[in-house]
Amino acid sequence: MSVKRDEVLTADPAEPAGAAALLEVRDLRIRFTRGGRRVHAVNGLSYRLDAGQMLAIIGESGSGKSVSARALLGLLPSSAEVSGSARFEGAELVGMPEREIRRRRGRDIAMVFQDPARSLNPTMRIGAQITEAIRAHSGIGRKEADERAVELLKLVRLPAAERRFHEYPHQLSGGMRQRVVIAIALAGEPRLLIADEATTALDVTTQAQIMQLLVELRERLGMAVVMISHDLGLAASYAQHVVVMYAGRAVEYASARRLFGHVRMPYTQALLGAVPLLEREPHAPLPVISGQPPDPAAIPKGCAFRPRCASATGRCEQAPPFSEHEPGHWWACWHPAEDPPGGSGGSGGGGENGATR
Amino acid sequence: MTETRAGDTPLLEVLDIVQEFAVRGPGGVKGAVVHAVSDVSFQMGRGETFGVVGETGSGKSTLARSIIQAPRPKSGEVRFLGTDLMRLRRKALVEARRDMQMVYQDPFGSLNPRWRIADLVEEPLLGYGVRSAARRRERVRELLDLVGLDPGVFGGRRPYELSGGQCQRVAIARAIALNPALIVCDEAVASLDVLIQAQVLNLFERLRSELGLSYLFISHDLALVKQISDRVAVMHLGQLAEIGPSEELYRRPMHPYTAALLDSIPGLDPVTGEARRPTPPQGEPPSPIDPPSGCRFRTRCPLAQARCADERPALRELAPGHQVACHFPLNFPLDADTTTDTTTDTAATTDTTAGTAARRTDAGLTDPGDISFP
Repeated sequence: MSVKRDEVLTADPAEPAGAAALLEVRDLRIRFTRGGRRVHAVNGLSYRLDAGQMLAIIGESGSGKSVSARALLGLLPSSAEVSGSARFEGAELVGMPEREIRRRRGRDIAMVFQDPARSLNPTMRIGAQITEAIRAHSGIGRKEADERAVELLKLVRLPAAERRFHEYPHQLSGGMRQRVVIAIALAGEPRLLIADEATTALDVTTQAQIMQLLVELRERLGMAVVMISHDLGLAASYAQHVVVMYAGRAVEYASARRLFGHVRMPYTQALLGAVPLLEREPHAPLPVISGQPPDPAAIPKGCAFRPRCASATGRCEQAPPFSEHEPGHWWACWHPAEDPPGGSGGSGGGGENGATR
Repeated sequence: MTETRAGDTPLLEVLDIVQEFAVRGPGGVKGAVVHAVSDVSFQMGRGETFGVVGETGSGKSTLARSIIQAPRPKSGEVRFLGTDLMRLRRKALVEARRDMQMVYQDPFGSLNPRWRIADLVEEPLLGYGVRSAARRRERVRELLDLVGLDPGVFGGRRPYELSGGQCQRVAIARAIALNPALIVCDEAVASLDVLIQAQVLNLFERLRSELGLSYLFISHDLALVKQISDRVAVMHLGQLAEIGPSEELYRRPMHPYTAALLDSIPGLDPVTGEARRPTPPQGEPPSPIDPPSGCRFRTRCPLAQARCADERPALRELAPGHQVACHFPLNFPLDADTTTDTTTDTAATTDTTAGTAARRTDAGLTDPGDISFP
């Protein structure tokens, strides 16, 4: 498949390229009405996730990454208007009746949130919280559920699982609590786990342990993972594919290797430039872009990044389409960046040297 | 007076600070003690940015609070501009604090939501007796300009009308209002998004060069601390594990804990996009209520030996300005050119690290690779 730049292959990455995907999200849009104001939380998000893969959704606060994930589980308030499509193993999740989605929640797709302390009931023993989840899904007996719960605690590598089974959340450290939350999420044997900033509140060493656990579970159970994060380094290290969101819209999507070696979207470039990285020298100046993300109730017409973008021109007043400009690499920009001269260790991609346009 | 001797008095000298809190232990047993900070000593020069990194519960925030005497540490010495703050009482202490200000993590929490921005920035000036209202107003305008907020636009607003990054700028304007010598930043950019965080970090750097400020910069984020600091201290369970020049400490960590922290960070080469997956240490950090004997890292340390349980390693200087509290330091002794030379001098390395394995140093630079010793 040889493709020229700017030639649009398919309208969005959810378009099936080969085998059926586990999850296909296409042009997902979510609106809220809050105090008479229309809030456009998600304005067109498309991605595709195959079974057993890890996808990272990257973006700043308010970019719509969490809202879009909650929509998959029907966890949005009733005021939310959801349109577009999200197919899980072919079944349309958008507009699915609550009864049906409730049956699938935890069994098809499970979710882990940022704060493990708030995901657990402080007055219930760890064991009871897991067996509750197990029995809700399978209806097996109490004794069997207890055994299964200890098994799950061992699966998530909670130290001294049998003892912890009888303890309360406050007796555990943050990392251990997050392991328990993951064990509960695994109770329904989901094929997709959504980790919404699941390691953000944890220390670096604990974060790395939990990420390692997710990778292990993905490999052992064949479970796909969507990780929502603001941490580009984390996404680059663990995910196979990455979606970058800005103002509720997908602005770039590619495999992690491809994306970070050949950034096209100026917004992704800005993010990458602003992250403090161990690979940089002390006091290295951070290239900074001014301004702030737009108010989701008043997103500018055209490209939402335009007011902050150094390469913006009059053309950007029209929204650039989000399309596959290079094989496996989608972006929404009229003025994509070039590969830096001599840089980019990855393969493919034409690095015609010179200035960034 | 202190200014004339600027060359020889360090800005801040911290000597054997100890801070402990009484708590109820496991099962509600009375009499347990959290050893939050245990015998921490370091010095900071003028105009220097000194970073302190550590995990949750390592005592880094307690250390910062002990330095500004809020609350006063249990024992030790804190010499700021040559004066021992531990001896100062009420008014004298308030006066001394004029030269050291804090910026906290939560920008909304540290600003009174009902005050106008101009009033918030004016408050420290009032508190420290700038009498003329006209001079205060002028200074407020100057300060808001300095932190990149248009006084005409923002002066009349209230905190809830500002974004997190803008609120943090207001907090910084308050902190620099009285021309302090030292600003203590406790996770000051942790709650901000990357792009805003970069703006605030650049603001810190600009103010440092324009106003000759020094920062004590506390964070859990190693990459962030490397970005801003001249020297870095790594804190573990109330003690300093390692202190060194930023560049060197990251390139050649000597304490196994520092190495473990560095190995836990997902890496991303900003040019090639090449990622590096972390290899974290196993196990849970021990409790500060009942820290392990000897070296407090030994329960998680891959190199720990019997000696580590018996004897607490003291901070010792193994390279110029590079101190380590470890019986079996990594990457030591080092040759001037180990970093560029891939063939390490094995003969020189064997004596002190015998029986241990030198671990990988850092990404980004050529690495001698894993060397193991018989």
